[in-house]
Amino acid sequence: MFAPTPLNRRSYRRQRLARAVFFLMTVALIVPVLVIVGTLVIRGGPAVSWEFLFTPPRNFMTEGGILPALVGTVWLVLVALLASVPVGVAAALYLSEYAPDNLLTRTINLAIINLAGVPSIVHALFGVGAFVLFFRIGASILAASLTLAVMTLPVVIVATRESLQAVPQAFREACWNMGATRWQTIRKVVLPNSISGILTGVILEVSRTTGETAPIMFTGAAAFVAFLPESVFDQTMAMSYHLYYIATQATDVPEQTTFGVALVLIAIVLAMNAISIAFRVYLRGQKKW
Amino acid sequence: MVDAAAAPERADGSAFPLYEEQPLVEVRDLVISYGGRPALRDIDLDVYRHEIFGIVGPANSGKTSFLRALNRMDAFNPAMQVEGSIRINGKNINDWRNEYALRSRIGVVFPLPVGLPLSVYDNVAFSPRLRGIRRKAQLDEVVERCLTRAALWDEVKDRLDSLGSLLSGGQQQRLTIARALSQEPELLLLDEFSIAVDPVTTMRIEDVLRELRSEITIVLVTNLVQQARRLADRTAFFLTGELVETGVTEDLFEGKVKDKRTTGYLEGRFG
Repeated sequence: MFAPTPLNRRSYRRQRLARAVFFLMTVALIVPVLVIVGTLVIRGGPAVSWEFLFTPPRNFMTEGGILPALVGTVWLVLVALLASVPVGVAAALYLSEYAPDNLLTRTINLAIINLAGVPSIVHALFGVGAFVLFFRIGASILAASLTLAVMTLPVVIVATRESLQAVPQAFREACWNMGATRWQTIRKVVLPNSISGILTGVILEVSRTTGETAPIMFTGAAAFVAFLPESVFDQTMAMSYHLYYIATQATDVPEQTTFGVALVLIAIVLAMNAISIAFRVYLRGQKKW
Repeated sequence: MVDAAAAPERADGSAFPLYEEQPLVEVRDLVISYGGRPALRDIDLDVYRHEIFGIVGPANSGKTSFLRALNRMDAFNPAMQVEGSIRINGKNINDWRNEYALRSRIGVVFPLPVGLPLSVYDNVAFSPRLRGIRRKAQLDEVVERCLTRAALWDEVKDRLDSLGSLLSGGQQQRLTIARALSQEPELLLLDEFSIAVDPVTTMRIEDVLRELRSEITIVLVTNLVQQARRLADRTAFFLTGELVETGVTEDLFEGKVKDKRTTGYLEGRFG
C-alpha cells in the first residue's frame, strides 16, 4: 500500500542528485579561501611579530615593520566613515521613509545602483579631479578618504535602506494612526529596530574600505612617509598600497615580508567581517516580532 | 441641516443626546478608488455625537476603505484615491494642514492586530507621551485604565515590560484597542475588533464600548451582524461599494427596511 511507485523512486533519485551537486558547489566555494589564507599563514606568518607591527620600515622597505601603513589605514577608514555614514544613513532614511514614488526618487535610486557599479579606478580618477585638484585639498588623507567615502556610499545606503525596510510597514501605520509624525515614528520604532542592521552594513563597509588600493593611490597614499600622520592634510602610507608597492615596485624586499603584509591586511578584513557576522547573530536573537 | 423632528431613537427609547447639534462626521459624495478601480461610490451619511454607528456588509463592500478615508489613511497608500467631502466637527478633514493633530484624536483598530515592538507599557504610553504627558504616575494611571478597559490588564499586569509584539494574536488585538483608547479619542474607528478575541472577552469589551458612548463616538465595522445589533444605535449596510441604506439598528433587524436586500443580509440568506 505504501510501496513507492516508479515515479516516487525516480523523484527520490533526482532529489539526491540535486542535493549532492549543490553541496559540492558549496564546498568548492571555500577552497579558494582556504588556499589563500593557508598560503599567507605558511609563507607570511613567520614575518609577523610585535616588532613587525609596531616599527616603521627601514632600508628601502627591505627591513623593519609596517607601523605607518597600519596607522595610515586606520586614519583613512575612520575619516571615510565620518564622511559616508552620516550622508548615507540620512539619504537612506529619506529614500525609505519620506520619498514619494516619483521620477526624482527613481532617478536617485538608479544613480545609487550606477554609483555602486563604477570601477574603483574611475573613482580614483574622480577623486583626483574633484578633491585633489578642483577643491585644492591636495594629495592627503582627506582627499583619499573622501574618495573612499564616495565609493562606499552606495553600500551604506543600500544596507541601511534594507534594514529600514525590514521593519514591517504595519508598525509605521500603527504609529501614524496615533498621530505620530514620520520623524517620531522613525525615532521611536523604526530606528531602534534597524540600528543593528545598519551597524552591520557599516562594518562591512569598513572591511571593504580597508582593502581598497586604487582610490587612494593617486589621492593620498604614499609609498613611504617617515612620520605618522598628524592631520587629515598629511599624506600617509596605507596597508593596501604598501602591499602593492613592495610586491611590484620595491626591490630586494624579502618574500616573507610581502606575505606578512598581505596576512595582516586580510586578518584585519576577516576580523571586521567576523564582528559583522557576530552582530547579525546577536540581532537575530533580539528579534522583536 | 439636521431635522430634529425626525430624530431617531436609540434601541432603549432614549434620544441621541446631541442629535440636534451638528453631526460629528458628515460624509458627502464620497468616492474611493484604488488605482482607478472604484471601491466605494457616492456615500452620503452622518455619524452623530455619542453614538455607536455600525457598518455591516459582505467582504469587499468597501467598509474598511470607508474607515481608512475617515482617518486620512489614503496618505499611506499612493494607489488609494478619495474624492468627495468628509467633515469632522464641521471641518473638512483635508483642511487640516496638520494631519497628525487629526489622527491623534481618532483611534483606530484594524483586524490585523499590531503590537509595536516596544514593551506593553510603552505601547499604551506611546500616545500619551506624544501628547506631552511625562509624569510617571499619570502615565501609570492611563496605562492601567486603558488596559483594563481593553480587558487585558489582568493578563499582562505582571509583565508590562515584555514586548507587545510577542503577545498572542488575541492579546495583541486587545493591546491595539488599549492603545486606541489611550489616545483619548473623540472618534473611535473599530474594524472587526473582536476577530481574534474569545466570546467572553468580546462581551466584556462590548460592555466597555457601551459605557464609552457617553464620552466618545464610535464607528464599528463588523462581520457579525449580531454584534451590530448588540452595540450599534444606527447601522449602515454596504454592498459592493454602495451604501444600500442607513437606519436605526433595531428597525433594520425588525424588517423596517427600504431595501429588501438589507433584510436578506441581516438574516443570513444572502447570495
